Amino acid sequence: MPYSQFVLVCAGTACDSCQSREIYSRLTAAVRSQGLEGRVQVVRTGCFGFCAQGPVVKVLPDETFYVQVRPEDAGEIVAEHLAKGRPVKRLLYGGAGRAAIADIPFYQKQFRIVLRNCGVIDPENIEEYIAREGYEALATVLTSMTPEDVIEQVRISGLRGRGGAGYPTWKKWTFTKNADSDVKYVICNADEGDPGAYMDRSTLEGDPHSVLEAMAIAGYAVGAHQGYIYIRAEYPLAIHRLEVALRQARELGLLGRDILGTGFDFDVELRLGAGAFVCGEETALIASIEGHRGMPVPRPPYPAVRGLWGRPTVINNVETLANIPVIILKGGAWFASIGTETSKGTKVFALTGKVNNSGLIEVPMGTTLREIIFDIGGGIKGGKRFKAAQTGGPSGGVIPESFLDTPIDYESLAKLGSIMGSGGLIVMDEDDCIVDVNKFYLEFTVDESCGKCAPCRIGGRTMFNLLTDITEGRGTVGHIEQIHTVAHAMQKASLCGLGQTAPNPVLSSLTYFGEEYRVHIKEKRCPSGRCRALVTYTILADKCIGCTLCARRCPVNCIRGERRQPHVIDLSRCIKCGECFKACKFGAVQRS
Amino acid sequence: METNEPITALPDRTIELPEDLSRFIEEWKTRPGNLIMVLHRVQEHYGYVPRDVAFEVAARLDVPLAKIYGVVTFYHFFKLRKPGRHQIAVCMGTACYLKGGEDLIKELETILGIGLNQTTADGEFSIEAVRCIGCCGLAPVLTVDGQVYGRLTKDQLADIVAKHRGG
Ligand SMILES: Cc1cc2nc3c(=O)[nH]c(=O)nc-3n(C[C@H](O)[C@H](O)[C@H](O)COP(=O)(O)O)c2cc1C
Ligand code: SF4
Ligand code: SF4
Ligand code: FES
Repeated sequence: MPYSQFVLVCAGTACDSCQSREIYSRLTAAVRSQGLEGRVQVVRTGCFGFCAQGPVVKVLPDETFYVQVRPEDAGEIVAEHLAKGRPVKRLLYGGAGRAAIADIPFYQKQFRIVLRNCGVIDPENIEEYIAREGYEALATVLTSMTPEDVIEQVRISGLRGRGGAGYPTWKKWTFTKNADSDVKYVICNADEGDPGAYMDRSTLEGDPHSVLEAMAIAGYAVGAHQGYIYIRAEYPLAIHRLEVALRQARELGLLGRDILGTGFDFDVELRLGAGAFVCGEETALIASIEGHRGMPVPRPPYPAVRGLWGRPTVINNVETLANIPVIILKGGAWFASIGTETSKGTKVFALTGKVNNSGLIEVPMGTTLREIIFDIGGGIKGGKRFKAAQTGGPSGGVIPESFLDTPIDYESLAKLGSIMGSGGLIVMDEDDCIVDVNKFYLEFTVDESCGKCAPCRIGGRTMFNLLTDITEGRGTVGHIEQIHTVAHAMQKASLCGLGQTAPNPVLSSLTYFGEEYRVHIKEKRCPSGRCRALVTYTILADKCIGCTLCARRCPVNCIRGERRQPHVIDLSRCIKCGECFKACKFGAVQRS
Repeated sequence: METNEPITALPDRTIELPEDLSRFIEEWKTRPGNLIMVLHRVQEHYGYVPRDVAFEVAARLDVPLAKIYGVVTFYHFFKLRKPGRHQIAVCMGTACYLKGGEDLIKELETILGIGLNQTTADGEFSIEAVRCIGCCGLAPVLTVDGQVYGRLTKDQLADIVAKHRGG
């Protein structure tokens, strides 16, 4: 008897950390003990995207969506919902009213191509991928298309690289195809170095075969027989899922020698990164796969012509590749019908920071940031005010409120002084200090600079020191001028993208939040209170009712006062942690 | 990544590599670009890259020791010093930074009496900062021996440390 009901349990990293494994085994046990095992199947899937509400459990076919499930809830879900058809109301998102996924605003504006199988199939079971048209694109390509046909469909689709730069994928493939060499390679860039982004990780964890299939298609198109996936060692679950997927694909003859009896050979190997952001850069990545320190080298020659071990090499990002099977099956024209004039298809974002529904989302190009942050993301946490959104991480920039209605695509974001980037989308609220955040990004790029060229190595450090001065009250007007000078030098003279783009966040924030820098410099004040050297906390005697709460919260015990008497902060011992400010319910603690 | 470890010319002792590590090196020996994969395996086994093992790997792969140290010191992931029995990694990716990852580090330093990249005297715990571990939805996040703890506040840390101590 076929299954008539399915219970999908998210097994992405975030949910996995919240006992989703335990939930899975309890659900399975309960299904068995209720005698439902012939009718109900429990499946562990990839990420559903709604990470802020995890662990998430979905019941099909009615699409009931349970959030923040605990292992103890498993029995009730099975006994009530699966056995008796009565959904467990207290676990539904937003209370009893919203049962099905279609009713949840988080999903309404999304459109899934890349994440088509994430949260739908069991990523460790190739049969489930195959049941969803998996490897059909590869079969089509190998049996009825020439390499030229494949590249033509990719050209028509308008697909551009999702790793950050947005280079047309078909052009890369064409260069490598036309390069004269008997050995060529395909590399999947799964280094995902932007701190605060996890799109590629979730894709690989939720649907590893889509990337393997795409790599084989790319191999066929350019004439390569070996692929490498360069993946961060910090992603153990994704590595495991890829290993399982590789084994299963080889067993079924979908990778390896003579794929599907067509005579085409293609296999894939994993290579682990080791925590160096610069290794996301193409030439550094190649050096790393070759077993060296990951130092970039000047381009040209481009890897498409002279790459891994000196051979022509296509390098594509995980998300770029995950689009390929769909483009082949539905046609380039279908893909090109989605999105904007210059940017086709969808984009996956890791929506994080001060937003209510943190998670993984996929939207058509051309969706506005406002829709993403307020409709999908559910607005700002705790009723605070939106301040800025950062795309492109340490290579990108901030976008202020006034530009939230810009439809996102590669060009419009570049015009605002940011970049599409790989998909990190970080939302900041009034509590975040722009200067401080930029110091954070620069600390990151300084830490990650490989040190090969001086503009990046010295320029980055100089910029970081200038920002530190500003956050600690030593800033002058000259500091801003210096930042511009150094930034210019870095952009023009750095060898690789890391150094060239490192000044972007600071420059864009100076454009939109220049006033905030000015206040730090001129008034020695940090409006958000984040820059500790610039704030003082005092208690207003006329507002303080002497409840003692702040004195109890203060970690260094520097607040004195009798019960029901105004309290006083000993400023010489205050570490400016702001605990008293947060604690006081009477607005008596003042930050200035 | 620490570079201030003195590197003397000769190993303290020659070392027997465990069987599976030996086999792994044999398997990878002839494959191009093997060094980083072998070092990952070494660190998986020992928790870091011990000096005598680095010597042994140099001999077996026939690469200069300087090359091995060049690679180990370049990549943040490789460690030259033995970490604590329990490794605490606090995320300092952007999402976690905005939500107070730094406060978690400070609190841990207070609880354990050690700084970042140090190990407690009894060898039980070490603390490090890492970049985004891909659970930004749960920020701020830390892991203890790979187990993820999310949506943390600093008053939960003492309990987490206690739970792992001696475990
Ligand atoms: C410093 C630096 C870091 C990068 N990090 C990544 C990364 O983590 N993932 C990625 O796919 N591309 C990254 N890139 C872009 C890649 O170099 C390359 O352009 C991309 O993988 C090409 O694939 P695509 O055309 O499919 O986007 C980075 C580039 C630079 C300069
Ligand atoms: S720009 Fe920075 S990271 Fe890139 S090669 Fe130069 S020093 Fe290295
Ligand atoms: S918490 Fe506010 S009201 Fe209570 S003692 Fe402190 S300052 Fe006064
Ligand atoms: S920023 Fe901490 S998990 Fe992503």
